Amino acid sequence: MSVSAPTRPTRDPVLLAPISWRTPIIMTVLAALALFGFALFTPAGLESTIELTGASAAWQLPDLVIGSRAAALALVLVAFALAGLSFWTAQNRRRSMAVPVVFGICLVFAFLIWAVAGNASGLPLPFLLSTAMTAALPLIFGAFAGLLCERSGVINIAIEGQLLAGAFLTAVLATVAGNAYVGLIAAPVGGALVGLILAVFSIKYRVDQIIVGVVVNVLVLGLTSYLFSTVLSDDPLRLNNPPQLPALRIPLLADIPVVGEALFNQNIIVYAMYAAVVALHIGLFRSRWGLRVRAVGEHPKAADTVGIDVNRTRYRNVVFGSAVAGFGGASMVAAGLAFTKEVTEGRGYIALAAMILGRWSPTGALAAALLFGFADSLNRVLNNIGSPVPYEILAMLPYLATIFAVAGLVGRVRPPAGAGKAYPS
Amino acid sequence: MTLELRGITKRFGSLVANDRIDLTFEPGRIHALLGENGAGKSTMMNVLYGLYTPDEGQILIDGEPVTFHGPGDAMAAGIGMVHQHFMLIPVFTVAENVVLGHEPTGPLGIIGLEQARTLVREISARFGFDVDPDAKIEDLPVGVQQRVEIIKALSRDAKVLILDEPTAVLTPQETDELIEIMRQLRDSGTAIVFITHKLREVRAVADEITVIRRGKVVGTASPTDSQAELASLMVGRDVSLGVEKGPAEPNEQALEVAGLSVLDAVGSPVVRDVSFTIRGGEVLAVAGVQGNGQSELAEVLLGLRKATAGSITLDGTELLGKSVDQVLRAGVGFVPEDRSKDGLISSFSIIENFVLDQYAQEPYAKGPAMQLGVGRQKTAEAVEAFDVRTTSIDDPVSTLSGGNQQKVVLAREMSRPLRLFVASQPTRGLDVGSIEFVHQRIIAERDAGTPVLIVSTELDEVLSIADRIAVMYRGSIVGIVEAGTDRDVLGLMMAGVPPEEARQEAVEHPTAMHEVEGEEPS
Ligand SMILES: Nc1ncnc2c1ncn2[C@@H]1O[C@H](COP(=O)(O)OP(=O)(O)O)[C@@H](O)[C@H]1O
Ligand SMILES: [Mg+2]
Repeated sequence: MSVSAPTRPTRDPVLLAPISWRTPIIMTVLAALALFGFALFTPAGLESTIELTGASAAWQLPDLVIGSRAAALALVLVAFALAGLSFWTAQNRRRSMAVPVVFGICLVFAFLIWAVAGNASGLPLPFLLSTAMTAALPLIFGAFAGLLCERSGVINIAIEGQLLAGAFLTAVLATVAGNAYVGLIAAPVGGALVGLILAVFSIKYRVDQIIVGVVVNVLVLGLTSYLFSTVLSDDPLRLNNPPQLPALRIPLLADIPVVGEALFNQNIIVYAMYAAVVALHIGLFRSRWGLRVRAVGEHPKAADTVGIDVNRTRYRNVVFGSAVAGFGGASMVAAGLAFTKEVTEGRGYIALAAMILGRWSPTGALAAALLFGFADSLNRVLNNIGSPVPYEILAMLPYLATIFAVAGLVGRVRPPAGAGKAYPS
Repeated sequence: MTLELRGITKRFGSLVANDRIDLTFEPGRIHALLGENGAGKSTMMNVLYGLYTPDEGQILIDGEPVTFHGPGDAMAAGIGMVHQHFMLIPVFTVAENVVLGHEPTGPLGIIGLEQARTLVREISARFGFDVDPDAKIEDLPVGVQQRVEIIKALSRDAKVLILDEPTAVLTPQETDELIEIMRQLRDSGTAIVFITHKLREVRAVADEITVIRRGKVVGTASPTDSQAELASLMVGRDVSLGVEKGPAEPNEQALEVAGLSVLDAVGSPVVRDVSFTIRGGEVLAVAGVQGNGQSELAEVLLGLRKATAGSITLDGTELLGKSVDQVLRAGVGFVPEDRSKDGLISSFSIIENFVLDQYAQEPYAKGPAMQLGVGRQKTAEAVEAFDVRTTSIDDPVSTLSGGNQQKVVLAREMSRPLRLFVASQPTRGLDVGSIEFVHQRIIAERDAGTPVLIVSTELDEVLSIADRIAVMYRGSIVGIVEAGTDRDVLGLMMAGVPPEEARQEAVEHPTAMHEVEGEEPS
């Protein structure tokens, strides 16, 4: 027998890539910013109060009261230690997601303790998390929409427009029907219609996907704004006054301290989201449908040669994905809020960032969207309880979080290889 | 099952890629389709596989006409194909690739991965493959990827198996194993369509041979016909197999590469600690299976890629760290691997492409103004000298055939005084006439005293033009050997076996093709 090439994966033990110091360096810089930015300037003698249970919880825990300066400094020191640890892991070429995550939590708490130092009402942690979930919802569904499309090879820049269309239809139809659940049925239809435009132009007419997406966003923004300022403004009570989607409290689970409210005292959209994560994860990575979708997104020609209809798969995924985004749009008016001009405020783009940060996986996108949602709600909660940081700076938080997360944590990401390119039919 | 093509015609615009082709493939036969690059072999197979719809003609299975609306129909009819460019999804596992499109599923469409693995193991066992069902395609060497393609076709019970230029990516030993597999399949009743332009292989395995030229069937041949007969049938005229060249006369000029290492975009090494010297007046050919760092090596020489370690000195001057422009001005001529992507701008005219890397220099420019007249005159001279077949030098270069496009690239790179000439896959995809021409020009450049580096995955090419041969495997040079080295030895080196061991092994286990070659003096 002659010598044949090795048939098993070959990985090189000898020559290695240069060590990437990016993550440890970013961590050190952030810890230093925290130290000199606020931790050192925490006034001595003040105390920070943190609420651990919500008002509705069955078992009430006492508030946590700690010395502000000592606690903030201690947390920042832990952060420095973690940055050091991260130098060590990088040196040894290990990859750890836990270190940056714990690091982030430490810095966030250090910041919160400083921000509420001496504040009489204290930080309502369960409420903060609960609103974080609400703020994350459109991002989560938006990111799901993005990955559903992109996994099949179509870049969906039009998430913004799909969220907006979903929110608009929900507000109007829920108001007209007098039933919040009717809005939930209307929302995905709105998203899907927008998705259909994207699909037809990018798949059938093979127009550049990014350009179509941007044009669609502008179109939907213009249309909804026009309808808002004409039709809806004429009779806001009968057209733009959606009923609130009720919170469904799950007994016992919702009583869990700190996170119970956020996870289990929410409206049906949140529960639908839980189901969606599981279904999407299994669907994409375990099912026949997912294998084919990913094949089409990675190497459409190869999929074609085994008898998979590339463009039909793409059509289906784009329309379905867009419907998911539309559904997410409903969450923006679910609290009984009226639709306003550009109610999405660029969340569609943040959702796209969440998708990338989450590496095109449903669970990753969920985690990333929750991170951005948290930054968003932090800004509002701190603003409400009166914090020493100017509102304008706080308002930048979600975007800063996006930039740091994408730059520092993502590393080398690999989008589906066939994304962005039309397939000849 | 008997598969018949009757009067198949396929046109791309005005080009008739297949002209009334009649062919029959029978069970238990290896039918070789022999034809030059561009003859229309792949087009015909894509018609047969449902990827293209024929403009005229019929496909018949066991005498019944059938119509394929897509590859799905062809597969359902029992036709399997291993494409010239593999149709595997790099990020999927072997098992996932094999079952894609006909996945075993449980409730809710969940894929039965265990069944998929078993399928892969069963077929592997039948042919003695050692393929791990859970390995990711992108981590596998090309030879193994090809086996995955074969497993994929067999997993769908292909009765007719089309192999489109399957040996292009294999070492001679791997080719030998593939031939063994083809015979095994034939003996179990599969009809095999074996497409190639390599005469040696056809003679080793084919039961019958059909020769195609310019889209037409020009005749049939027998495996016992001589190589020269097959060659003249394929090309349409008598051809000399091989280049006439005298012995090298090395001079003082030299390219010295020492300790060169290169990383790819994700940080894994693609070129490791490579050192060699080429003297002026000498051709060093870098052989190896595609993807073993040769292309990267060529790109580093031009400055298209950064090296992480090492040095490249040309006549004592360091080239590493210089910009591409500086390297070109230092007198380096470079023919890239993919001429249509990196060598030419297809919508530009022949003149514009000819002055592409010197348009800003004397004599093509004076200050900020281009000297169009000079460009035109020099291009006309070069087109004449390099025998570029064109109606007008103002035509876009995309209107030329592959061979003529390559001549434009060569004309550009060789029409100035060179101190080093580097060409990557200089004859890939060319017809025999152009190959001969390109080889002659390369040897002429050598004889003018320039050091020449040729990267080629075609062993025939390496053997016909090299003065010395460096074999690369996984980024390292396995060894540098003399021009006359046996192809079996080179083949083993291409799989990473060091030269000494390779020599022994080759004597003990000659390949089947080696024996074919031995039958006649060539
Ligand atoms: N999709 C296509 N569009 C236009 N021309 C093509 C296409 N595919 C192949 N051709 C042309 O058809 C001819 C035959 O090509 P091909 O079948 O690939 O040859 P072979 O496989 O024998 O090398 C070539 O001249 C090639 O340029
Ligand atoms: Mg071909």
